[in-house]
Amino acid sequence: MIRLYDYVLSASCYKIRLMAALLGVTLEQEAVDFHPGRAHKSVEFARLNPAGTLPVLVDGDLILTESTAMLVYLAQLSGPEWLGPSDPKSAAQVQQWLAFSGRLAASLGMARLHDMLLYDGDIDAWRAQGHAALRELEAALTERRFAGGVWLVGDAPSIADIACFTNVALSQDGGVSLDAYPSVRLWTRAIRALDRFVEMPGIHRLHELRPAPEGV
Amino acid sequence: MIAPEVLNEWYPVAMAAQIRAGQRRVTQLLGQPITVALQDGAIVVTGQGGTMPVTEAFGHVWACPGTPAHPLFPIPEALETGRRLVDVGVVRVKCSPLRAVENFLDIAHFPFVHTDVLGAEPHTEVNRYEVSIREDSDEVWATKVTFYQPQAAKSAEGGIVTQYMYRVPAPTAAVLYKTCPARPDALDVIGIFVQPLTEELCDVWPWMALYDDTTPQADLIAFQQMIFLQDRSILENQIPCLLPLDPGMEIPTQADLTSIAYRRWLKKRGLTYGAQMVAA
Repeated sequence: MIRLYDYVLSASCYKIRLMAALLGVTLEQEAVDFHPGRAHKSVEFARLNPAGTLPVLVDGDLILTESTAMLVYLAQLSGPEWLGPSDPKSAAQVQQWLAFSGRLAASLGMARLHDMLLYDGDIDAWRAQGHAALRELEAALTERRFAGGVWLVGDAPSIADIACFTNVALSQDGGVSLDAYPSVRLWTRAIRALDRFVEMPGIHRLHELRPAPEGV
Repeated sequence: MIAPEVLNEWYPVAMAAQIRAGQRRVTQLLGQPITVALQDGAIVVTGQGGTMPVTEAFGHVWACPGTPAHPLFPIPEALETGRRLVDVGVVRVKCSPLRAVENFLDIAHFPFVHTDVLGAEPHTEVNRYEVSIREDSDEVWATKVTFYQPQAAKSAEGGIVTQYMYRVPAPTAAVLYKTCPARPDALDVIGIFVQPLTEELCDVWPWMALYDDTTPQADLIAFQQMIFLQDRSILENQIPCLLPLDPGMEIPTQADLTSIAYRRWLKKRGLTYGAQMVAA
């Protein structure tokens, strides 16, 4: 079975848990004491991942330490339609968004670690970079909506959507509101409405947004 | 001006193991900068007026910014042999420290916030329970609390009706006792220790004393962090931010008995840091 070294509050680990759930893949999850134990910086963990980061995905002799690579691997194995369309332009756009998700982690993700787990750093800069990234995402998703699309690339959800979703959906944890980004909010709702979607702390189930029957 | 009743209480300010390992914690208590550090083998908490009374208990460092009105409350169960003590680690929450405690005392939100873990629809009813303020210890107690839980603890293997007791022994600390899935004759102990940084910001230190010999430590920590982080986004969006002690603005229900007793207890004792006295 594929093993995921996991931390329950990590937005990057959640990417992999979410992707696996959407694909119907069961992962063997091994909890790592990221906080307060900092077990990901231990000597033993460095043997697995010298960078000392989570998540880590292990399948036989394959060890992956980049979450975007894990998304590609899981999709190739169990749901190639999640890789996005294969024409040159779309394939490049998927790669573009996978890289962009790193910017979300480095801005919104760090703001969240600062506000929640007391990480040291320049919170104003992280939030400003987060807003800059959200403005780009909002512009792209608004263009997609004008063209009748819902997802970042193509006519179906892809690994690009999953890669970008987690830090965006958790941005409030770092004091960054999505109020100014309506297309982004609609897109997060579309992802939350997917079959087999799983939540994590800070991301609530969609049922609360559905109007009560008597209210319709 | 902060009331002496507030200053003379004990507050958690650090995880003892981290300070003992040589970490120095620069933080705040009741709006004032403080430092927690190890000096000559002793844990010292320094504020603007010099060093403070300090005590170490339940894995954490406790400090009193005034003159202690009484010793820190005991948790006798924590000393029982066979229990695993789990320091869950700090989580910062942008809310009143009193709101963080009140949320810990609430049962009714389980099916909606901790869905499929501490509660599940349609099992939403909070059965009648008893609340008292114990005269000997001057603590708020809720007893005979029962609730259906799909996964009451990391060690639970299915849904059970969990028995609870809740206790508020200090203005920003609460302790619960609940059915231990691994040992039905015993109770697990879970505490929430809240450090009031300001009236609208707190550092929360969950802590556990469990009977569980099998679950890895990282899983126990992850389970409790998952639960608390489900609460965090709710806590940060409560309005008003300060805990209202004026009964005029809200209509409590039967399920809110513990919360009402906690609010009355705070008001009677003048523990109003983080509280709103007059409805806005």
